[in-house]
Amino acid sequence: MSDVALTAEVLLEHEVGLHARPSVKLTKLAKTFQSRIELSPGPDGPWIDAKSIVKVMAARAPKGTVLQFRAAGDDARAALDALVALVRNDFETGAAGEAE
Amino acid sequence: MSNVGIVIVSHSPLVAEGTADMVRQMVGDEVPLAWCGGDPDGGLGTSVEAILAAIDKAWSEAGVALLVDLGGAETNSEMAVEMLPEERGGKVVVCNAPIVEGAVIAATEASGGASLQDVRRTAEELSAL
Repeated sequence: MSDVALTAEVLLEHEVGLHARPSVKLTKLAKTFQSRIELSPGPDGPWIDAKSIVKVMAARAPKGTVLQFRAAGDDARAALDALVALVRNDFETGAAGEAE
Repeated sequence: MSNVGIVIVSHSPLVAEGTADMVRQMVGDEVPLAWCGGDPDGGLGTSVEAILAAIDKAWSEAGVALLVDLGGAETNSEMAVEMLPEERGGKVVVCNAPIVEGAVIAATEASGGASLQDVRRTAEELSAL
């Protein structure tokens, strides 16, 4: 990422980790922002495109991961806030584990 | 609605409907979605006519991506694409991807307003993993 990037981190507490349904929600939300957004399961990477559903799902981040986000662009701050809130709110689903 | 539409074509109506349920519950209502499967007698099969009707139901000016299962579903889908009126012909593609995973991923991509080519490419990325 060449621009100066903002970063954020959040503990992944969702019971099944970053599996299918959480990945879909996260990717859909990321796509609503113009900024380039990447995520990583740890501070040292690997960094993946948070707007790529295939890559996010393939990352298979388990429960307990401290997810790292970095974003560059005009709405980077808003994007990070929204993504962190989504993870913190358990992906807005009361039914953790319903769909892995 | 300008998002790419998704059509699910399986030999089994249960598979097709179940896949559509997964798309609706996991991705939501932002993408036009239709499914077809089974023959009129209740057995397994696909028909060009039903596929054409499903394409019509999920029609979007942005195009329609088809996710299919085995053999006849693919050949009948390709036949249906060839039978479309000229103005729709270039806007419908059959994705080379697993039907369930491909449908969810194609719909996720489509829900963000991606082009038909991007929707197809994303679904087909799955097979490369």
